[in-house]
Amino acid sequence: MIPAPEIVPDLSTAADAAHAVNPWVALAYLVAGVFFILALRGLSSPASSRCGNRFGMAGMLIAVVTTLMTHLPVKSWCSGPATGTPGGLMSCPVQSGLDTVTILQILAAIGIGAVIGLTTARRIAMTAMPQLVAAFHSLVGLAAVLVAAAAFINPGAFGILGLDGNILAVSRVEMMLGAAIGAITFSGSVIAFAKLNGNMSGAPILLPARHLINLGTLAAILVGTALYALAPSAGPGEGWLFWAILVAAFVIGFLLIIPIGGADMPVVVSMLNSYSGWAAAAMGFTLHNTAMIITGALVGSSGAILSYIMCRAMNRSFLSVIAGGFGADAGASGGESKEQRPWKQGSAEDAAYMLQQAEKVIVIPGYGMAVAQAQHALREMADMLEEQGVEVKFAIHPVAGRMPGHMNVLLAEASVPYENVFELEDINSEFAQADVAFIIGANDVVNPAAKTDKSSPIYGMPVFDVDKAKQVFFIKRSMGGVGYAGVDNDVFYMNQTTMLLADAKKMVEEINKNLDG
Amino acid sequence: MDFIAILSIFVLACFVGYYVVWSVTPALHTPLMAVTNAISSVIIVGALIAAAASGAPAAKWLGLAGVVLASVNIFGGFAVTERMLAMYKKKDKPIAKGNKA
Repeated sequence: MIPAPEIVPDLSTAADAAHAVNPWVALAYLVAGVFFILALRGLSSPASSRCGNRFGMAGMLIAVVTTLMTHLPVKSWCSGPATGTPGGLMSCPVQSGLDTVTILQILAAIGIGAVIGLTTARRIAMTAMPQLVAAFHSLVGLAAVLVAAAAFINPGAFGILGLDGNILAVSRVEMMLGAAIGAITFSGSVIAFAKLNGNMSGAPILLPARHLINLGTLAAILVGTALYALAPSAGPGEGWLFWAILVAAFVIGFLLIIPIGGADMPVVVSMLNSYSGWAAAAMGFTLHNTAMIITGALVGSSGAILSYIMCRAMNRSFLSVIAGGFGADAGASGGESKEQRPWKQGSAEDAAYMLQQAEKVIVIPGYGMAVAQAQHALREMADMLEEQGVEVKFAIHPVAGRMPGHMNVLLAEASVPYENVFELEDINSEFAQADVAFIIGANDVVNPAAKTDKSSPIYGMPVFDVDKAKQVFFIKRSMGGVGYAGVDNDVFYMNQTTMLLADAKKMVEEINKNLDG
Repeated sequence: MDFIAILSIFVLACFVGYYVVWSVTPALHTPLMAVTNAISSVIIVGALIAAAASGAPAAKWLGLAGVVLASVNIFGGFAVTERMLAMYKKKDKPIAKGNKA
């Protein structure tokens, strides 16, 4: 499979010429790669994060400028009459110079991308972050496909031609993998985007025998890649394999994501994040480019770790998420043996009074808070309580929101200081000392069934111990809907629980009025 | 560079990625995704090479299209990360009473 480099003699093959780069150029790409590592390193704390982001920008600038400088488009033309025998070797005095048209085209392409990217980044609502990230992933995926296709059509430019004028077998594998992973990332992200953006129902779409179809398609892609690598020629002869595999990869990306329900989208978005990294890494192998390989590895591991964290926070295995179908049978599991149990409804005045009397309040926001756009009102409430000497902390579950860390961004947007925002494991022990647990737009993440009821679909998921707090206020639109998982929640019926049935934003504003007066 | 050298870089970078990403605070996981998205657009290097190469017009146009897509991501990804990170603020007023955290 791996051709020993020794067999390539000094017949300046394109592969050699392109890969034996100037050491300064290689160094520049390495620096870019290191800057990308520093960009992620900066995110270890909000204080250093902006500096990290600058490192990322600098790294990208280095990579782009280096590539532009080393791959200046040139064109050559005959500047004098041709000599030699017609039909035989012809030669003419050649003049070459910069191909300014191409340079302008490239700069225009970057400019168009910059305008679209910057306007989107400026206008996007923070609640729509998951969709935006999914859309961005699809672009990386498609870009990887385009680069791979360009490498397939013009392998000489990428320095992947072997002695026989065919694409090197190892490059074919790398290129094919990059194209296939890119295609999966693209079509998968498009579906994830449509589901998150509401263009498509979040309900899982379950095809019959889908596991068989998916495994079959995956096997076809792998076998096809092997056949393509071993094929005698990569050109028109066996070239159709390249396009066929690409189509199969687009299809599998689509098939893999449609059976996955809305609740599992955080995992999917993280997973696609990972794929976009592996696609970049595969293309980095094709181009022997350190910056691309380092970045691909970073992004690939980042997405994989985030998927793992999300799965752990839901107590689901990665495989069961990928297999899909979660949420499809939710209606059925909720209906069994549910007796009417008494619960207590309260008013904004009650809540305001109890909050003022409290020494320590823990607020648990969920995605419902974001949907109701209640984060600003909530922050005002926290401010007013703090002015009155109440300690207010925010507790965030890893799966709160629609993507990892989404709730933190929404609270940050509402100017909640990040020191007041805590992760599940850091704050869970504090509920015993809390006077009030204030649940707003969250449900499954406080459900004690996850700890006690083995038959519950959310059994084993780490949840907040709100039952230990002296008093619980639970803002909910109505007693009807019961979270994503469709399970009843014992917290509703606890003695110390007061249900506040209203739109989250209106209720908090109402509480704020009472706090004021 | 031969294949093994590249593979070594890749494997070591995976380990670096593993440790660096675990050190990212969970509060910044959304910016992490936005910034990884931006840096994975380093694939623009490949698109630029294709766009600058002469000889195959089809490959050149594919490359130019790739440059557009990747730069949407680069500019959009870094800008939206910057926007998010600017929102993370420390407490600006003195704390009312003892906060053990």
